[in-house]
Amino acid sequence: MAKRIEASNVSSYYGSFKAIDSVSMVVEPKTITALIGPSGCGKSTFLRSINRMHEVLPNARIEGSLTIDDQNIYDPDVDVTAVRRLIGMVFQRPNPFPTMSIYENVVAGLKLNGVKKKSVLDDAAEQSLKSANLWNEVKDRLGRPGAGLSGGQQQRLCIARTIAVEPQVVLMDEPCSALDPISTLAIEDLMFKLKDRFTIIIVTHNMQQAARVSDKTGFFSIDKTGDPGRLIEYDDTQKIFSNPTEKKTEDYITGRFG
Amino acid sequence: MGDNPSRSENATAGDLGVTGRHARGAGTGVSPSSYEEPPFGGGGALPKKTRFGMEAGFKGLSVAAGAMVLVIIVAIAVFLISKAVPAINADTENFLTFNQWFPNETQPRFGIAVLAFGTVLTSIIALLVAVPIALGIALFLSHYAPKRLATPLGFVIDLLAAVPSVVFGLWGRDVFMEPVRNFSAWLNEYFGWIPIFGGDGPFGRSVLLGSLVLAIMVLPIVTSLSREVFMQTPGMNEEAALALGATKWEMVRTAVLPYGKPGVIAAVMLGLGRALGETIALALTLGVVFNISFNIIENGGNSIAANIANAFGEANETGRGALIASGLVLFAITLVVNMAARAIIYRRREFRDSAA
Repeated sequence: MAKRIEASNVSSYYGSFKAIDSVSMVVEPKTITALIGPSGCGKSTFLRSINRMHEVLPNARIEGSLTIDDQNIYDPDVDVTAVRRLIGMVFQRPNPFPTMSIYENVVAGLKLNGVKKKSVLDDAAEQSLKSANLWNEVKDRLGRPGAGLSGGQQQRLCIARTIAVEPQVVLMDEPCSALDPISTLAIEDLMFKLKDRFTIIIVTHNMQQAARVSDKTGFFSIDKTGDPGRLIEYDDTQKIFSNPTEKKTEDYITGRFG
Repeated sequence: MGDNPSRSENATAGDLGVTGRHARGAGTGVSPSSYEEPPFGGGGALPKKTRFGMEAGFKGLSVAAGAMVLVIIVAIAVFLISKAVPAINADTENFLTFNQWFPNETQPRFGIAVLAFGTVLTSIIALLVAVPIALGIALFLSHYAPKRLATPLGFVIDLLAAVPSVVFGLWGRDVFMEPVRNFSAWLNEYFGWIPIFGGDGPFGRSVLLGSLVLAIMVLPIVTSLSREVFMQTPGMNEEAALALGATKWEMVRTAVLPYGKPGVIAAVMLGLGRALGETIALALTLGVVFNISFNIIENGGNSIAANIANAFGEANETGRGALIASGLVLFAITLVVNMAARAIIYRRREFRDSAA
């Protein structure tokens, strides 16, 4: 179920603007990797490069190579929609489809993939909602609008929607930044549970969160505004937070970084 | 009593160049009477509320504006009914079912059936033609066209909405009729077995011509409103669909179209309103025949508004009353259409409201 992501010398551009410079990292299957760093340092850009979501913006491109189990994600012959099915994504703000019910939201991805059979969809909806720790809260109101849930529930709904299509890798772009601490904990618990099945990469501004949930941590930074972001240090989470090699990492983690 | 002095003490302490904390710590109390202007945060007694200010003024204005809508609607309804009822009473035939229009005779005989049928038929055909094209253009402008192309093209569409309907009518009559006539003959030759394309001519000044001209007139309204609605689709919902592996068209179907549906329905209803009420373009392009027929390519067709424009000049007292009665029917049709649209939008309100 889970696959390995390998980035080597990935540079990402928006038009002529270089957003990240030469990032290399290997993400092992069934681990949680946290990407931390100040705003505008390219963590999200790197994350969106992995499932080619950054291509939604015009003139976006990358240099270097990104592979999933040794297959090139950016191979010109690869279907970009297939990449995104393989590598799911959860966004910063919960974004359930406002016109759809809870049930319809969860099975939206499956329907896009041509699954029509009601029994299959029902099963998948129940399994995904259970995996997302949301089933007990919504099982009696699956036909109600997804946007009517609380923020934390909506985010878990979005996670259920993402894992319903059974991706190999789940990317999370600051999934808790719009949530209260209790919902945040619920999502973190969920991440531990999902780790058995998926490779998870999470961008977060919350360093306690990175320390709590992740196996490995990558620290991104920029020298000054307008410069491309770089991966400063990438190591076991424990090492990053207790004994980082780089001075910059230590400054950031201890709060001495601007 | 205890609260007010201590608040003003803090507030005025700043004026004296001493911070509130210092003032209190040093015990130099400042009496409430020593300050001249109360600070923004207040101090002293609570101010009285303004009795006649902007607030009350705007409230009055908006209430008046709202009330005016009601007054106008009622005034129109009263006018229509008061003129129509005597004419309908003078009618020697059934107003709703009779197929002819002779209100000016000493024994007035007239009925709305043909006109109402023609009005609804032309409008429906016009919408059937215009709406798919309009939605296609709107989607192209909002999601497919590069911005450099979308902006001028959108402007041209808006320009089309500004063309006066009499110009459309003249153009339809003098220029567009010829190709429509040829097209009708072609349809008649190959699809004559379908009743709507049957008959043996003459073709040209037909329901088809009137409907197509109407379609062109309705197109810009539906297009620009739909485009606005489509462009308001939250970017994060589009991204959600794309991240699930949707192609662009699947994204449009999953995120854009459902989100825009109420707005599109409203746009179509506005277009339908224009089509139903259109007068001069239809008066110039329809064949003006009093006959209920589903044949859309033979000369013929009529509509309530076009009939009013054609017949008003020669109408006597009863004739004008009869025309006003037909106007009342048009009013009723439009009302029903609008209420139906509201009902459609209302049914899904739960989803729309929680989306905000």
